[in-house]
Amino acid sequence: MTAVNDHETVDKKPLGHGRMLRKEDPRFVRGRGRYVDDVQLRGMLHLAILRSPVAHARIVSVDTSAAEAHPKVKAVVTGEALAEKGLAWMPTLSNDVQAVLATDKVRFQGQEVAFVVAEDHYSARDALELIDVEYDLLDPVVNARSALAEGSPVIRDDLEGKADNHVFDWETGDEAATEAVFAKADVVVTEDIVYPRVHPSPMETCGAVADYDSVEGRLTLWSTTQAPHAHRTLYAMVAGLPEHKIRVISPDIGGGFGNKVPIYPGYVCAIVASLVVGKPVKWMEDRSENLISTGFARDYIMRGEIAATHDGRILGIRTNVLADHGAFNAQAAPTKYPAGFFGVFTGSYDIEAAHAKMTAVYTNKAPGGVAYACSFRITEAVYLVERLVDCLAYELEADPAELRSQNLIQPDQFPYTTKTGWVYDSGDYEPTLREAMRIAGYDELRAEQAEKRARGELMGIGLSFFTEAVGAGPRKNMDILGLGMADGCELRVHPTGKAVVRLSVQSQGQGHETTFAQIVAEEIGIPPDDIDVVHGDTDNTPFGLGTYGSRSTPVSGAAAAMVARKVRDKARIIASGMLEASVTDLEWTKGSFAVKGDPERSVTIQEIALRAHGAGDLPDGIEGGLEAQVCYNPENLTYPHGAYICVVDIDPGTAQVKVRRFIAVDDCGTRINPMIIEGQVHGGLTDGVGMALMEMISFDEDGNCLGGSFMDYLLPTALEVPGWETGYTVTPSPHHPIGAKGVGESATVGSPPAVVNAVVDALKPFGVRHADMPLTPSRVWDAMNGRAKPSF
Amino acid sequence: MQVPAPFEYERATSVDHAIGLLDRLGESARLVAGGHSLLPMMKLRLTDLEYLIDINELHGELGYIRVEADEVRIGAMTRHRELLESTELAEIFPVFAEAEKVIADPLVRNRGTLGGSLCQADPSEDLSAVCGALGAVCVIRGTDGERLVPMTEFHVGPYETAVGHGEMLVEVRFPVRPGGSSAFEKVERRAGDWAVAAVAAAVWLDDGVLTDARLGLTAVGANTVAVEGIAEALRGQAPSEDLYARAGEIAAAACAPTTDSRGSAEYKRHLVKELTRRTLRRAVAGTGRA
Repeated sequence: MTAVNDHETVDKKPLGHGRMLRKEDPRFVRGRGRYVDDVQLRGMLHLAILRSPVAHARIVSVDTSAAEAHPKVKAVVTGEALAEKGLAWMPTLSNDVQAVLATDKVRFQGQEVAFVVAEDHYSARDALELIDVEYDLLDPVVNARSALAEGSPVIRDDLEGKADNHVFDWETGDEAATEAVFAKADVVVTEDIVYPRVHPSPMETCGAVADYDSVEGRLTLWSTTQAPHAHRTLYAMVAGLPEHKIRVISPDIGGGFGNKVPIYPGYVCAIVASLVVGKPVKWMEDRSENLISTGFARDYIMRGEIAATHDGRILGIRTNVLADHGAFNAQAAPTKYPAGFFGVFTGSYDIEAAHAKMTAVYTNKAPGGVAYACSFRITEAVYLVERLVDCLAYELEADPAELRSQNLIQPDQFPYTTKTGWVYDSGDYEPTLREAMRIAGYDELRAEQAEKRARGELMGIGLSFFTEAVGAGPRKNMDILGLGMADGCELRVHPTGKAVVRLSVQSQGQGHETTFAQIVAEEIGIPPDDIDVVHGDTDNTPFGLGTYGSRSTPVSGAAAAMVARKVRDKARIIASGMLEASVTDLEWTKGSFAVKGDPERSVTIQEIALRAHGAGDLPDGIEGGLEAQVCYNPENLTYPHGAYICVVDIDPGTAQVKVRRFIAVDDCGTRINPMIIEGQVHGGLTDGVGMALMEMISFDEDGNCLGGSFMDYLLPTALEVPGWETGYTVTPSPHHPIGAKGVGESATVGSPPAVVNAVVDALKPFGVRHADMPLTPSRVWDAMNGRAKPSF
Repeated sequence: MQVPAPFEYERATSVDHAIGLLDRLGESARLVAGGHSLLPMMKLRLTDLEYLIDINELHGELGYIRVEADEVRIGAMTRHRELLESTELAEIFPVFAEAEKVIADPLVRNRGTLGGSLCQADPSEDLSAVCGALGAVCVIRGTDGERLVPMTEFHVGPYETAVGHGEMLVEVRFPVRPGGSSAFEKVERRAGDWAVAAVAAAVWLDDGVLTDARLGLTAVGANTVAVEGIAEALRGQAPSEDLYARAGEIAAAACAPTTDSRGSAEYKRHLVKELTRRTLRRAVAGTGRA
């Protein structure tokens, strides 16, 4: 733990990595951010979407005549009308198709059925109520467990020959080898573990402004996207517009968390509307629409098994997962990874064998699956293994910290290939665990717990140790719809020594305008304040796949360092001319080159920039200007890790959980801006407490979504979370140019199991080994009364 | 942005003006006070009102807490925040400040009113239980003058009150009796959430013996603002843990919670027992301080 006073550092900003306030914050705190909904264009019209009130029904008829008669309505478009243009269906990011507007059936409550374009938002919304849709109700498939049952209604009868609700089967690891270690194990613990459906709930909902210029044949789309370049390519493929005539602008984005990775029907509707009416069209969904129709997260029903020796040596882990993908398989994951990176479910432990099997099914629920800072399903994987280790500790009557310590992968084993084939690049786990235990005062907490238990008080201490796999990814393995997951970066140094760096990734609040300026500053010695960061505009940035899965720093951050080094290499040659010395005789100290042994003879990067653009000769073969471009293809993912400890108290009378303390020690390799890292960790921990204790998108038996507002879908407030206690260790990534690893999702991945483990630990006197999230007071009370599975 | 359907807006400048507007505009008109229940319902298009009559200008006329010797009178436009911050009220009825502390959040408490809370008649709303426990009487004014309705008869069903056409709730009166105190306990999933269950208790003691006791419950079904049989069971008894437990059993039997995302019916019934014990215990302790 380092105590740094941020106020002190305001006036002495680092010339590179280090703690500094965020460059973008003055505009946000002064209300000068510019979001999609702030875009106002001359003659702009407003679009509202009619959504299905039911989960599963055949559309008998759609009567739009009354809506069309509304004086302020300019157009009403149905699925049938889109079908005539060949636009009723679009590809998803998982090679399925999804209805832009329903033609044959509606398949989840909230599905897009028709849209209205009107002069103002109010009129568009009012006119929706004038559209008369006749539905022929069908039985919905709500429970994933019965989706494959004989006689279950077939949701996707749009797919040729589809006769069931099966999406895919997937497996990883070695089934026979795993069976063998389970057979020889002294102890096998089996637990049914559900990671419920949750929602990323960014503060800003999704939306777009489409402006089609029919003279130029050019489409400009402002949209809430985490991946502007990938979206542009997909629009070109779907709509048949030439890619160079499409400009996607992702301005300030009010939170993404994976919710803004998919292409939603609403974006396509806005584009179609602008094409149809010839004017700019804005679509901005409301909160309920965001909650009921956009990319959810998780929804994995897992049976986990862990095998060990009597003395606590973990031998194997296996799992069988039922994955609920909703009505369309629209999860955003690399093509070859239908289960995302769930394959890292062996966690941070050196085990002998592992195996996972998964079946994914369609249900009459909103599509999605990969979202909410999950690192492509690592949330589910880490939750599974960290729950299982605690279940094992329960059965062995072992201390969960020592049991983990005993099984951690050792530093000399890196790079470590897991039993499911992931190559962990680096790690030194034990010190991270010990640092968390030191901050927590682990032994004292256990002593306090023993005293309290003797008095009948319920106190729990929960641990989790996680390893993430982030920074997708090497293009030989990873693509989304055929687009390789590499990222470009371009750096220009202006004559006066100021610079602009253009990124392919896009910030939704992560602080890119600061972090990336610092990465470049560290390499070329130009102060971060003198480096402008341009992002989120396909016309003004190089191609790349965007920000999600904690990939910005691992991929694009590497690109930024590499492009800066490329510029520095050129600067060295120019400096050699200026100093009349050989390039090999020059020494770089941040911001200037000097002749070795003669520090008085030096030139600054700013002087070099002026020479690069100015009059006078440059060394032979060197062009004017000081700029470069790279495209970085990562060699491997980066593998950040962390140790988290949560302390809870439970009111025995009301079963309410109070999170008293939370200690998070993260290792994300090289730390570029510790303040930004801490901010990311704080946010993720808050999310984790929310998921563990209160968040869930649930449905009634008819498939009605019960989480359609923030009165029903609870997010934690400052009152539910403690003052976070953070710490860190540093194990640089060996293959990343600056040794950095992603950290944006570490806390979301690592914190839910720590909270749940703490609650379950508190309930040990009741013989509780597992209880499913969200651990609301009612569910905790159920667990205290011997019902691990909630009674509702 | 969620937007309501079209409606007409009128701003009342006096109670008589508001009643006149209600009388003239009929069933399609609704009063808006703090608006924290009505406006979300309008935005979710769950209401079909045509006229909204804004009575926020009546805060001067109806925003007051008047403490008299044998009665406290609170104007219907008194805001949550004023109820929370009144030390005079907290001394006589601690239950008020205890409930207000856990009602929604500061934004809601700055605007929401006592009258609005009672008239919304949401079974999960907290002040109705408080008023029930304190034996409040509601003053309803119409074109023909005022009438008094006890809190126990004020709600005629979920989201329905005794306030008729062309009438409005203007004041709530609370009898003050010696030897009394009160307490409120609520379990919520998160700060600002509606209650999973809540209990308001009021007791009156004389010489170590209970002379009266009342309980109001929240979020556990309809008609729970005053649990029947509590006074009969507790009156004449010396306070004890057994007695509180018995009261809890009576309250749990008297309510009809349903299972929903806030919790199972069984758990809510358990909470009623637990919170009844806790509120009675604290209310009895509070009588010593008065």
